[in-house]
Amino acid sequence: MKSGSILEKTLESGAFAVTGELGPPKGADAGVITRKANILKGHVDAVNITDNQTAISRMASMAAAKIALDEGLEPIMQMTCRDRNRLAMQADILGAAALGIRNLLCLTGDHQSFGNHPDAMGVFDLDSVTLIRMVKDMRDVPAFQCGEEITKAPELYIGAAANPYADPFPFRAIRLAKKVDAGIDFCQTQIIFNVDKFDQFMAQCRELGVTERCRILAGVAPLKSAGMAKYMKNRVAGMDVPEEVISRMEGAADAQDEGIQVCVDVIDRVREIEGVAGVHIMAVEWEEAVPEIVSRAGLRPGSARS
Amino acid sequence: MITAERKPFEQIRAVTDQFGKVLVVGCNTCVAVCLTGGEKEAEVLASQLRIARGQDGIAGSVETVTVLRQCENEYLDAISEQVKAADLVLSTACSIGPQGIAERFPGVRVAPAMNTNMMAVVKGHHHWAEYCVACGDCGIFNTGGICPIARCAKTLINGPCGGSQGGRCEISPDVECVWQLIHDQLVSLGLEENLRKISGPKKWSSANTGGPRSMKKEGFKP
Repeated sequence: MKSGSILEKTLESGAFAVTGELGPPKGADAGVITRKANILKGHVDAVNITDNQTAISRMASMAAAKIALDEGLEPIMQMTCRDRNRLAMQADILGAAALGIRNLLCLTGDHQSFGNHPDAMGVFDLDSVTLIRMVKDMRDVPAFQCGEEITKAPELYIGAAANPYADPFPFRAIRLAKKVDAGIDFCQTQIIFNVDKFDQFMAQCRELGVTERCRILAGVAPLKSAGMAKYMKNRVAGMDVPEEVISRMEGAADAQDEGIQVCVDVIDRVREIEGVAGVHIMAVEWEEAVPEIVSRAGLRPGSARS
Repeated sequence: MITAERKPFEQIRAVTDQFGKVLVVGCNTCVAVCLTGGEKEAEVLASQLRIARGQDGIAGSVETVTVLRQCENEYLDAISEQVKAADLVLSTACSIGPQGIAERFPGVRVAPAMNTNMMAVVKGHHHWAEYCVACGDCGIFNTGGICPIARCAKTLINGPCGGSQGGRCEISPDVECVWQLIHDQLVSLGLEENLRKISGPKKWSSANTGGPRSMKKEGFKP
């Protein structure tokens, strides 16, 4: 075991893993985390704790991850390259490991122009690939990026993100392969609505040997309304929402229920694709939907706990 | 070349209105080529200031003079008398110009009329684009002659982020995704294997963040 995390045990045992997402609050209230954690607990194997998601300043992912951990929900701490240089990142990685955090998701981060501090300096000292390599070396050598020895290695299960819908399409699987070469153990994808295109992406991943060396969790999300579906399609770069999904949402008598069903239908299809090791359910600010999705899809998280 | 754009007129006035004798100094190299701070633009700015100051009853004068390059003392020395006679020197060069004047003529008040933008290539008529940020560690041989440090909003060196769509960057449809360009260039050169190679971590110590830089060529006599 590299980290001994529940997520690692689940994925390495071959069980189909379920992860969720928990966004820290725009305030110092730990109660927000514990409330959300209790909605998700028992319905996921681990939960992503976002790091200033969409470049909006929030409670630190490390602090929120520790609060979730204490609440009995295993965190996957997200870390972006936007807000810190390699010194600060290594300090946070050691600190997180010392606090008992065992999963780290390495991300480039959304550009600061999208957030609430557009005049901030974007750091991007490292990119996601060089961050992954640094974390792997910290764990396995163990050494800092500069080469100096680390006295006690941070035991971390290392993850990354992949977006099958961004361009150039032929580069997407190659980029994930680079992340695997750099040292990831698992990855989570962008939200999938266009399953056919994801299927093509997975075929490329299998061809590059990615699926043998990395556990891929397919990203899914429940839509709340037809408006949300259209917004994602037209306004969010790197999102692919087929017309068929939009018309399903438009024609639904109960949009939220249909949104959950669309999500369940996607899960049913991606489970059949060779190399898909789990699902990552992104129900941000709609955590209540997760138990329903997990139940309807017949998922059985928690295998590594029992 | 270096490009610079004129500051908003009201910002320039907020500074110049405090002074009687204003000397607008144009620069006839980079900022003349990008049509923002050469002789003609310096004279236009001076005229606008004269009219506005006249309307508001501000006493004094606004004169102009233009040199070939404000970044070289030999050109600045030629306007020494005019500079010293002015209450304020307003430079239409990139930021190097007013700094050069301030250093060459201690005691003279200097203000920039411009915001310096970038080191740019001329993309077309009246169109410039940033191609270099002087990182001091050029690696474009591996990226098909295209710089991701200057031209990617996140300075990514290992491929496009998840916001690349239709050849455009997520921050604006006006911005090209440089990794789409690099991808296409490497494919057309038959260098697809470069796409798989891991680069970095980037050595930033040779860039401006490593401290102010200077360059001396040894072995040359003036």
